[in-house]
Amino acid sequence: MDFKGSDTIPGPRTEDQLPHTAAAAVKIVIVGGFGVGKTTMVGSVSEIRPLTTEETMTQAGIGVDDNFGSETKTATTVAMDFGRISITEELVLYLFGTPGQERFWFLWNGLFDGALGAVVLVDTRRLEVSFDVIGRLEERGVPFVVAVNTFPDAPRYPIDELRTALDLPDEIPIVECDARRRASSRDVLMTLLRFLHALAMTKAPA
Amino acid sequence: MVAGPDGDGERDQDLDLVTLIVARADPPPSATPEQSALLRLCTTPLSVAELSAYLNLPFSVMTVLLTDMLAAGLVTARAPIVRQSVADRSLLEAVMHGLQRL
Ligand SMILES: Nc1nc2c(ncn2[C@@H]2O[C@H](COP(=O)(O)OP(=O)(O)OP(=O)(O)O)[C@@H](O)[C@H]2O)c(=O)[nH]1
Ligand SMILES: [Mg+2]
Repeated sequence: MDFKGSDTIPGPRTEDQLPHTAAAAVKIVIVGGFGVGKTTMVGSVSEIRPLTTEETMTQAGIGVDDNFGSETKTATTVAMDFGRISITEELVLYLFGTPGQERFWFLWNGLFDGALGAVVLVDTRRLEVSFDVIGRLEERGVPFVVAVNTFPDAPRYPIDELRTALDLPDEIPIVECDARRRASSRDVLMTLLRFLHALAMTKAPA
Repeated sequence: MVAGPDGDGERDQDLDLVTLIVARADPPPSATPEQSALLRLCTTPLSVAELSAYLNLPFSVMTVLLTDMLAAGLVTARAPIVRQSVADRSLLEAVMHGLQRL
């Protein structure tokens, strides 16, 4: 990247700048398989145009054959979309969308460390990915809720059946959503926050 | 408030994707082009993730750049609020109120 022309590096638009009082941020992760609507959900609730940050896969995580040449090697960089919601003058919430497939789990270390919780976005046409993601979140002790993105051509199952299929305990919320709609995505986040709040109540009764 | 990840006690300031970075001064003459670009971006607080996006640098490269700049006193870092084993209810309530206003 050429920094000589750094005057021209686009930064946040004036209206996208955080106030000087912004003291701390929290993060929530939206995780799911390819094309399940992660970017759409981040974009529908974000106050800024979603941005992309990249991470490069560590050596241990690659199965790249040198014979395939440089084109194949660029595949070791993974993009994560994220958006932002200002909560108060002091507090900012960031939302990250990350792919759920096992080969991307190397991204999870920095991402889930300290995250308030996660939304597992599910496409009923491809439940397998969700299965692995849920197992992994449970292992890591990351609290999560499940949101079923309702695509028109996807089979609709009663929540009970999904719960059984995903082997989810009763207390973990499952909701349907339309990631394109801000109100619907916001409701998913509210479901997660209420769940986290309920967890906090059981762990430390007033 | 801060619960650092286990086994990382060596570094006193771990940079997270959502650590907020603020410039402390205008770029000094000695600043590299990367440093100058970064300082111009964070005259108001900006997360490491946003800096990484605007500068088009991977997160791992950003942390190296920022660690140097923190050591040189060019920027300050505001640590994120991380999930606690016993969650901070007032924090969660603040986030809920913020979301309700969306
Ligand atoms: N009908 C419907 N379409 C949706 C919904 N959410 C997303 N889409 C569409 O599905 C496609 C994929 O959505 P993305 O948000 O790009 O999905 P993603 O999970 O970010 O995909 P990758 O990053 O490629 O893994 C887009 O064409 C969206 O417009 C939804 O709730 N309902
Ligand atoms: Mg996407």
